[in-house]
Amino acid sequence: MSLLEVETLRVAFDTEAGPVEAVRGISFAVDRERVAIVGESGSGKSVTGRSILRLVRPPGRVAADRMHFDGQDLLALSERRMRAIRGQRIAMVMQDPKFALNPVMTIGDQMTEGLRYRDGMSRRKARSIAIEMLAAVQIRDGERVMRAYPHEMSGGMGQRVMIAMMLIPDPDLLIADEPTSALDVTVQAEILAILDDLVKQRGMGLIFISHDLRLVSRFCDRVLVMYRGKIVERLDANHLERAQHPYTRGLLNCLPSIGGDRGALPVLNRDAAWAE
Amino acid sequence: MPLIEIDNLHVTFGKGRDAVRAVRGVSVSVAACESFGLVGESGSGKSTILRAICGLAPVTGGNIRINGVPMPKRRTKAFSKRIQMVFQDPYAALHPKRSVDATLAEPLAIHGIAGRDERVVRAMHDVGLDPRFRFRYPHQLSGGQRQRVVIARALMLEPEILLLDEPTSALDASVQAEVLNLLARLRVERSLTYLMVSHDLAVIDHMCDRLAVMQNGQVVEQLDRAALANDGAVEPYTRALFRASEHDTMGRVFPE
Ligand SMILES: Nc1ncnc2c1ncn2[C@@H]1O[C@H](COP(=O)(O)OP(=O)(O)OP(=O)(O)O)[C@@H](O)[C@H]1O
Ligand SMILES: Nc1ncnc2c1ncn2[C@@H]1O[C@H](COP(=O)(O)OP(=O)(O)OP(=O)(O)O)[C@@H](O)[C@H]1O
Ligand SMILES: [Mg+2]
Ligand SMILES: [Mg+2]
Repeated sequence: MSLLEVETLRVAFDTEAGPVEAVRGISFAVDRERVAIVGESGSGKSVTGRSILRLVRPPGRVAADRMHFDGQDLLALSERRMRAIRGQRIAMVMQDPKFALNPVMTIGDQMTEGLRYRDGMSRRKARSIAIEMLAAVQIRDGERVMRAYPHEMSGGMGQRVMIAMMLIPDPDLLIADEPTSALDVTVQAEILAILDDLVKQRGMGLIFISHDLRLVSRFCDRVLVMYRGKIVERLDANHLERAQHPYTRGLLNCLPSIGGDRGALPVLNRDAAWAE
Repeated sequence: MPLIEIDNLHVTFGKGRDAVRAVRGVSVSVAACESFGLVGESGSGKSTILRAICGLAPVTGGNIRINGVPMPKRRTKAFSKRIQMVFQDPYAALHPKRSVDATLAEPLAIHGIAGRDERVVRAMHDVGLDPRFRFRYPHQLSGGQRQRVVIARALMLEPEILLLDEPTSALDASVQAEVLNLLARLRVERSLTYLMVSHDLAVIDHMCDRLAVMQNGQVVEQLDRAALANDGAVEPYTRALFRASEHDTMGRVFPE
């Protein structure tokens, strides 16, 4: 039995213009490993992550044949039990970290809230854990950042604060939605090393949502490729060259490279049949 | 005369023990029709410089001149018609209660520009947004779709200067290529000037003629494209970034 098992997950939203099928029957399992979800903008990656944590609100509709986490049926849990799992056992680093953080609460209060009120830790102890975590994500002026509000963070700092915050409770499963999209390669490497360590040393499961196929090929174990709400391909991360799907194969050609000729970059001609 | 002149700029947020000297004596000039890149560590002051040009940061010293004219104290209508910014944080940049249609049409209404429907539809098409997203609200869009709305809005007024803060960081390679191609094409067609921030050196190299490297509020190095490609960077941070990015392109997953 895997840590997380998802069978035939469907998510639809009712909009004024009619229903939008964001996720169209996907199945996957995650163990104590690094699983990547890649795919085009709008393909359903974030919605998939959010539905695992029951964060899709009406008029969004989530249905699945089965959704089990560590032996518990996530579909049947009461809202109260779900709250206990959310953030504690399954944490999610949101794609828009500044939006996900509480704008009127200092970073320090948000980071230490759980430690103090749930774990009953002293203010001092909680603070020192939070500052240590900020240092781990390469935030040097942790003291100042603890006193600051989310809007006072740079883009990349907000991302790192969110990662630090989600790692404090030591979750069994981390869903990281584009966690390093605002970070340059040098800081990115440090963050990935932390995540790697948590998977290898502490047996955390990691769902790494990213649009960066190259990054994922180096960092993850397995890759799920989504296209228009479906998983169209499943690959071993170190064998992406075996990709069959034209979307996956076309993706890497679109990237610019240093010293390139600066001509128009190749783009994908999407085929309606890919979505089938 | 350069189109954008930043001269010994200082920006300090807050005061006392929490004062952050986000920008410390930065001088950069960008010629008309040039595309200039800003790279650097997270938190080094890149976004703050772009915001200062728009009058959205507490400038404590130095000057910013556009075409030789010092920046107006308050952002005027004429100024925003000339200079538009694509903010790094698409969610924060969009009004939650405004649909894509309303967001894109608003600048047209303010500036009394006709042809609303046609312009909105074209702007959406330009950034690769399907017309069915037109009446959606920000929370009903994916991260990359929101980023494209922000880019489309900046293009509505056909400004001559575009300040682009990580414009493609939330986009997958195929959509990024479409947006970069659009920006490159517009720059030629409309003689635009870009000042662009990205953490991706390959994107900067593809789009920009020159770049400045920032660390801790200061520009530590300025170089042009040829110097970058010929391994001419001197600063350890630039070199580390270059080596890591080079490694990135070398490690192609699919052989050509
Ligand atoms: N509340 C909503 N109402 C209607 N449609 C929605 C809603 N939330 C998401 N969608 C749509 O569902 C689809 C999947 O969205 P999702 O956010 O999962 O994309 P994504 O794969 O994470 O893309 P990106 O890489 O751009 O972040 C998108 O087309 C989006 O417009
Ligand atoms: N409104 C604000 N109040 C206080 N400090 C701020 C504010 N805005 C930015 N800062 C601080 O100024 C510094 C520079 O921030 P800036 O957003 O310019 O960085 P950046 O180079 O764009 O980084 P990133 O690549 O992470 O986006 C950071 O230390 C940040 O915390
Ligand atoms: Mg997303
Ligand atoms: Mg920034």
